[in-house]
Amino acid sequence: MLEIKNLHARIAEDGTEIIRGLNLTVKAGEVAAIMGPNGSGKSTLSYILSGREDYEVTEGDILYNGESILELDASERAAKGIFLAFQYPVEIPGVATMQFLKVAMNEQRKYRGEDELTTPEFMRRVKEAAAELKIAPEMLRRPLNVGFSGGEKKRAEILQMSLLQPKLCVLDETDSGLDIDALKIVADGVNALRSPDRAVVVITHYQRLLDYIVPDTVHVLYKGQVIKSGDKTLAHELEANGYADIIEAAA
Amino acid sequence: MNMQQAIKMTAAETALVDAYTAQIGDLPGDGSVLSVRDTLVHELRTAGLPTRRVESWHYTDLRTLLRAVPAADPTAFADRVDALVPGSTVLSIRNGQADLKGNPPQGVTVRSYVDSLLDGSAAAGLAVLGFDDAIGRINGGLVRGGLEIAVAAETTLEDPLEIQLVQSLGQAHTRFPVTFGANAKATVIERHLSTKDGESFVSSVSDVTLDEGADVVWIILQQQGAADTHLGQIRFDLGKNAKLHLFVINAGGKLVRQEIHGKTSGEGADFKLRGINLLGGETHTDVTFTLGHNVPHTTSTEIIRNVVFDRAKGVFQGKILVAKDAQKTDAKMACNTLLLSDDADLSAKPELEIFADDVQCGHGATVADIDHTQLFYLMARGVPENKARAMLVNAFVAEIVEELEDHEALVESLEEVISTWLDKHA
Repeated sequence: MLEIKNLHARIAEDGTEIIRGLNLTVKAGEVAAIMGPNGSGKSTLSYILSGREDYEVTEGDILYNGESILELDASERAAKGIFLAFQYPVEIPGVATMQFLKVAMNEQRKYRGEDELTTPEFMRRVKEAAAELKIAPEMLRRPLNVGFSGGEKKRAEILQMSLLQPKLCVLDETDSGLDIDALKIVADGVNALRSPDRAVVVITHYQRLLDYIVPDTVHVLYKGQVIKSGDKTLAHELEANGYADIIEAAA
Repeated sequence: MNMQQAIKMTAAETALVDAYTAQIGDLPGDGSVLSVRDTLVHELRTAGLPTRRVESWHYTDLRTLLRAVPAADPTAFADRVDALVPGSTVLSIRNGQADLKGNPPQGVTVRSYVDSLLDGSAAAGLAVLGFDDAIGRINGGLVRGGLEIAVAAETTLEDPLEIQLVQSLGQAHTRFPVTFGANAKATVIERHLSTKDGESFVSSVSDVTLDEGADVVWIILQQQGAADTHLGQIRFDLGKNAKLHLFVINAGGKLVRQEIHGKTSGEGADFKLRGINLLGGETHTDVTFTLGHNVPHTTSTEIIRNVVFDRAKGVFQGKILVAKDAQKTDAKMACNTLLLSDDADLSAKPELEIFADDVQCGHGATVADIDHTQLFYLMARGVPENKARAMLVNAFVAEIVEELEDHEALVESLEEVISTWLDKHA
């Protein structure tokens, strides 16, 4: 589903190279965890996958279902089924949450040549998904992410994910700022989306989240490259011994 | 300044003076009114239109910007349009002439301003606010229509009163003295629009007085045509505990200046100004505001949001004067701008002049582009860039409209005006 080949990318503004020859393959149905110390390029990778314009790809390619997505902008990638759950969901005063959800769902449907949702159908879907994630209706009446607590913001991200039904879900540090109860709700939401035709990339600093969203593969990112890949036991190894050994072995 | 020394008149100045000369004997007014008109036009002839050397016109050099004034066209015809908010009482003025058909609501009396010109009661109100009051001068010289409206004390109007000014071609000069009696409560929509693409020149002055405890929402919605010049002015005077929430939306016109000049005359008076300027094309729009906090314990807040596309130019001048005795004044002014093209331009000049020593006053101005993180967030959810930008621009001004939440139908109508404008220009 996702194939990243010898990817090099830099910050557009100052030319700093962050991703330096990254290779990664994620198959449909797979949950892949990307781990790595601070500054290894984890968040940058999530932004590049979703098409943020602050970064420039200088070499290599990203294939999604066999096609390069480098020429697509963020909205086209989203409509094709790539979803980024933000580490820091963005507050937008003046945009009502419900209006935003409706526009996002319908714009994606339009792009794919599907009919827009009727208002009752839209309401039904939101109500159902919100209940699953224990999101109060009052929260949905506020402007987008404005005045949401950290946990509420993360739950709102998962709500969007479950409504948009993407094919490739990228979760950027979704566990940061969550207490254990919120973590379980969020993990349940992600696990409910696991399916043979969907892939999930979980970017995380700590192993904790992986107790709840159990990965099929684990990849260690360091200085913009995948330096080691393995199964879920690699995450436990990292938790016990830290990154130093692996970094040394790779050097 | 030597007012007697004749200047070489520009085409626009000549057209204005000629419009007056051509209508002598025809412009309504008794002896006192005609004498005021003569003085005003004489000043216009000798001093000319203001240039940037006049401080209050520094960013809007009217003499240069106003290249031509279309001749009055007595054959022009304009249609009434539907009320902005369904259920409103519409007072219709078409091409500057009031239509007095229909009954005003209980507690409201309406009479033609022409009657006040003819009996001379309008004479005192025609005086200019100062030597730089070009709008008052042009309007006072040429006014020939309008309404005098009185809302009786203790009257509560459930539905808005819409003063609907529809202009098709030529010139219109109107005036609206409006009084609100003690504890009167009302929403007034002063709506300027045009129905044809021809060029028109409009001046309109509203003179609003609120007695003790009156509570008024006044909306000025300017949607003139793409070739039109609009010179608007609202003057207000707030009595004890009176509340005025003035909402100005500019969404049209080629050359626009809307002046707002007010004062608090009674303790406990509260004034709110909210402004939205939607600017695009090659237009020039100026909102100039002065407020005198003249007595102790009065409050005001002003928030202006400008959205500037293309080669449009916007100006906001806001001056708050706090008199020596006006202790405990609380005044806050903010002007926030989204500049959406490299050629868009906005000049903001907030000023405070404070002569009292126990007050809380502040002002701030910001200028920014669309927030890129917000744009990326919307796009990452599948919203195409154009639509995402429009949503963010809309959000920037929607915040202000939402303050009118007690008037649901009005909020909906204004949001519609804004999104229609943005769809067309963004």
